[in-house]
Amino acid sequence: MTLSQEDRAAVESAARQIRIDTVRMVHAAACGHPGGPIGMADFMATLFLRHMNLSPETLHQPDRDRFVLGNGHTCAGYYSILSQKGLFPREELLTFRKMGSRLQGHPHRTPDMGIDFSTGSLGNSLSVSLGMALAAKSNGWDTRVYSASSDGESQEGQIWEAATAAAHYGASNLTVLVDFNNVQIDGHMRDVMDVRDLRAKYEAFGWHALDVDGHDIDAIDAALVAAREETTRPSALICHTLIGKGVSFMEDQPGWHGVAPGDEDARKALAELGIEGAELEAMMA
Amino acid sequence: MIATPELAPLFDGVEARKAATRNAYGEALLELGASNPDVVVLDADLSGSTKTKAFGKAHPDRFFNMGVAEANMIGVAAGLASQGKVAFASSFAMFATGKAFEQIRQSVCVPELNVKICATHAGLTVGEDGKSHQMLEDVTIMRVIPGMQVIVPADAVEARQAVLAAAEIPGPVYVRLSRASTPIVFSEDYRFEFGKAAMLRDGGDLAIVAMGVTVAAAIEAADMLSGMGIEARVLNMSTISPMDSDAIESAARDCGAILTAEEHQENGGLGDAVAQAVVRTHPVPMEMCGMNGSFGQSGTGDELLAHYGLDAAGLVARAQQLLKRKQA
Repeated sequence: MTLSQEDRAAVESAARQIRIDTVRMVHAAACGHPGGPIGMADFMATLFLRHMNLSPETLHQPDRDRFVLGNGHTCAGYYSILSQKGLFPREELLTFRKMGSRLQGHPHRTPDMGIDFSTGSLGNSLSVSLGMALAAKSNGWDTRVYSASSDGESQEGQIWEAATAAAHYGASNLTVLVDFNNVQIDGHMRDVMDVRDLRAKYEAFGWHALDVDGHDIDAIDAALVAAREETTRPSALICHTLIGKGVSFMEDQPGWHGVAPGDEDARKALAELGIEGAELEAMMA
Repeated sequence: MIATPELAPLFDGVEARKAATRNAYGEALLELGASNPDVVVLDADLSGSTKTKAFGKAHPDRFFNMGVAEANMIGVAAGLASQGKVAFASSFAMFATGKAFEQIRQSVCVPELNVKICATHAGLTVGEDGKSHQMLEDVTIMRVIPGMQVIVPADAVEARQAVLAAAEIPGPVYVRLSRASTPIVFSEDYRFEFGKAAMLRDGGDLAIVAMGVTVAAAIEAADMLSGMGIEARVLNMSTISPMDSDAIESAARDCGAILTAEEHQENGGLGDAVAQAVVRTHPVPMEMCGMNGSFGQSGTGDELLAHYGLDAAGLVARAQQLLKRKQA
């Protein structure tokens, strides 16, 4: 099943906004991680627009869906989509990583803005997400728990402790979206520590696991629907992405994992994302 | 400070009266299970030893055995707590705090969640299992984490009350429990008060500040000292964090010398915690009885406590050294 043109356009627009916001936030902070969130933009937009029932109206409903950003360093994109959904003012985005900001360098649990958990240390997220899923099940709630993770985070042993337990407890209300961009801080995964076939690994651990083109909105949406329909097993969506997708000079470049663009690169990146003329000058002012 | 609560006789005439704090934990969990529907319990394949098993039988829907995976257990407990549960997580102290330190810091204490880590088999009194299982650094690594509240019950009577209190105290709590049966110090009338030291005996020559299984030794040592004409105040410092620094200051002012006793490393443990309070309030000479930078070894609990100078005789010897410094 594919999205209607209108629905797809809405997701594409939100994904583009994640990319633009990420460039601006990391540029303004003069530090941070641009490549990951830009690469994750398509599945984050699909998840938050079409599946997560998080909004200012549902924010304080105990049984609403939950989200844990395991690869917490990619939070610029997470903050962008939360602000796009109206959970806090858009102006606040440019306070990212600055003294006194609610938008910490890695997410800090802030119930009033829909940040459901504190992350930043890789490996901890899937356990926490499982705890949320078990709490929802024990309360008899329909809550779905979504957890973003990454190929790099999959090198942490705790992920596989959690994967074992999630299957054991039949946490079918838990879905992990793994950003598989083949890049980690020290270089390409094949050169540092290859995690190989994560779909096969999750499947062997007893999960419902799918390989997904992480830039194909229809495919991501269909995979999230399939995860929702799964009734006995947790779901792992291995989202194959390109780090920095949409900003040509960042694509597949380990160097853009954790380096902020300077003025010139920020201008170039924003131009590639379709910002031009007076709007570009205003953003760069 | 709680003033002089009623103590139980350490001997019933012939035998020492003993119970294991881990058993009191298991009983307290059953009480909580019946009274508080939000309480959930997690274990890491040691539920028979940590005494969480009875809760699991009574409330299978609220009990999660996570297998031999302590880091994951703490993370899952944090996730449950973030959704309103009061999550008790148990394993041996070595593994609960040692393997899962990072998860305790990042996933429990940073988001300030209601996770209660009740770890058994702490300290030397694990005995024959030896140094791999004798956790002697747990209080150090728990008390340094911002927001972590640390309780070391002196006996089974206090342990039960401390566990019930932990369920009510907001935020993270670490409760240190023992495998071995240890002397019962308190009568059933004793009321544990979180954050308050209890004065078990008063005296003006020195104060012995003890936690856990060494509290009974401190009482016995004070009796022996009294026979030599030396009167010791004995404080049960069952809450290590936050520390009752008023009680420490009073002890320093009133007694002029402080001896600490713990079945734990002196570095970062009770000795250090008391020393911090002493230097900040009223500096006096101090001695510390604890593990002085070594690991333990196999042996019975009593043999080990005696070997490392943590029995009554060991405390008396150090008290005498301390009094020489006080008089110098």
